[in-house]
Amino acid sequence: MVKFIESELVQLRREVDQMWTLVYNQMDQARQAVMTLDRQLAQQIVVRERRVDAFELKIDSDVEDFIALYNPVAVDLRFVLAMLKINSDLERIGDYADGIARFVRDIDVQEIDDRLLQDLQVDTMFTLVLNMLEELQEAFNEEDAEKAAAVLGMDDQLDRIKRASGGILIDYAKHNPDAIPLCFEFGGVFRKLERTGDHLTNIAEEIVFYIDAKVLKHNDSQEKSDKKSPEGKK
Amino acid sequence: MKKIEVKEVDFYYGKFHALKHISMEVEQNDVVAFIGPSGCGKSTFLRLFNRMNDLIPGSRLTGQVLIDGRDIYAPGVEIDRLRKEVGMVFQRPNPFPKSIFDNVAYGLRVNGIRDKSFIAHRVEEALKGAALWNEVKDKLKASAFALSGGQQQRLCIARAMAVSPSVLLMDEPASALDPISTAKIEELIRELKKEVTIIIVTHNMQQAARVSDRTAFFYMGEMVECGETKMIFTNPSKEATQNYITGRFG
Repeated sequence: MVKFIESELVQLRREVDQMWTLVYNQMDQARQAVMTLDRQLAQQIVVRERRVDAFELKIDSDVEDFIALYNPVAVDLRFVLAMLKINSDLERIGDYADGIARFVRDIDVQEIDDRLLQDLQVDTMFTLVLNMLEELQEAFNEEDAEKAAAVLGMDDQLDRIKRASGGILIDYAKHNPDAIPLCFEFGGVFRKLERTGDHLTNIAEEIVFYIDAKVLKHNDSQEKSDKKSPEGKK
Repeated sequence: MKKIEVKEVDFYYGKFHALKHISMEVEQNDVVAFIGPSGCGKSTFLRLFNRMNDLIPGSRLTGQVLIDGRDIYAPGVEIDRLRKEVGMVFQRPNPFPKSIFDNVAYGLRVNGIRDKSFIAHRVEEALKGAALWNEVKDKLKASAFALSGGQQQRLCIARAMAVSPSVLLMDEPASALDPISTAKIEELIRELKKEVTIIIVTHNMQQAARVSDRTAFFYMGEMVECGETKMIFTNPSKEATQNYITGRFG
C-alpha cells in the first residue's frame, strides 16, 4: 500500500468516526429532551442538525475525490463504498434525532405522564439505539466484523417495542382524550427510533461487507445471525 | 508564491506550431501534472522550463517563461546555471556508466565542488531523499548499471536532487517501471515536493490523479484546461478534458 493513499483512508475513517460521535450525541440528547421534555435542549439539537448535514456533504465529497483520484480496488474499494453508505445512514439517524427534538420543542403539553413513558419503554428504546450506535462505532474502529454482526439481532427488540407502542398509545388516548394530540405525535418518535434501528442494521451489514466481503443485505434475521462469525477473504 | 509563470507562449518546430498561446502559473512546492494524448505538446512544454528545446534546430519561442520572476529566455541567462536550478528526470533511467556514488556526485563536481566530505554528505542526503540509500549504502562503488530499473530511476532522481534544484521536471518517470517501482516513485514525488516544485508529464492519468496538486490537459498544442487535480478528475470544466479522462476521447 502506498503510504499517501493509506493516509487518505485514515483521514476518511477519522471523518466518519467524528460524524458518528456527532450523531450519537444528537440521539443521546434527544433522549434527554424527550424524558425531561426539555425544549431548550431540543432546540439545540435542531440547530446542530446543520452540522450533521455539513459533515455528510464533506464526507460524500471526500469519497468522490478518493474514488476519482485513487481508483481503489478490493478492500479499499469496499471500504470507501461502505463509508459512503454508512455516511448516508448516519445522516438519516441525525435526521431522526432532529425530528424527535422537534416533537419535544413543538408539542403543546407541560409534561408527559411517567407511567405512559414507562409502559411505552421509550427509554429502553433509546438505550437500545444508543448501544447499537456505540457497539457499531467500536466494531468500525476495531474492524471487528463479528461485533458488527452481533448488533443485527438487537434490532428485533426495537421492532417489538415499536409494535407494542401503538396499542399502548391508543389505550392511553381513549382514557385521556386531552392527550390525543400527544399520543398521535408520540407515535412518530417510535417510528423514528424503529427506522433508526433499520439504518443501524444497514451500517452493521456495511461493516461486515467491507471487512469480510460478505453481503448480508436482504438475508432474513436467522441467516444474518448465522453469519455472526463471518469468514472471508480480506 | 508563484514559482513559475508562463506568459502567452507559442513554440514552433520550424513551421510546425507545437504550442499555442499558453499561459499558466505554478505555485512553489506544487506538483503539476501534464496529461494529454501523444503529440499534444506536453513534453515540448515541459522542456521549455530548462531550455532543452534550444538544442532542436529551427525551434522558436515567443512569449515569456519566468522562474522566480526571471525570464529564463532573456539574453544573458546561463543555461548551465538554469539546468542546475531546474533538474530533469527522463522516461528511461539514464545513469552514467559510472559508480552509484559518482553518478550522484557528478553534478556537484561539474559545478566545481571539490570538498570530498561535502560531496559524500550530499550524495548520502540525495540518496536518502530518493529513498535509495538503504538499498545501495553498502555498494556505492558498484556500477549504476547493476541496479534494477526502478533503482536506476531513483538514482537519476538522486542525481538531479544532489545539486539542490528548486524545480524538478519529470518526463514520464515511471512509464518504464513495474507497479512496485512506480509506487515508490510516486511516493517519492510526494516527499520531494516538500523541497522542490515538480512538473510531471505522464500518460498514466491515475498517476497524475494520485500525485499531483494541479493538472493541465493538453490537446493539439493547446492547454485546454488547468486546475486543481480534484476538480479535473471529478468535474472538469471542458468537455474535451472530460472525454479524455473518461476514455471517450477520439
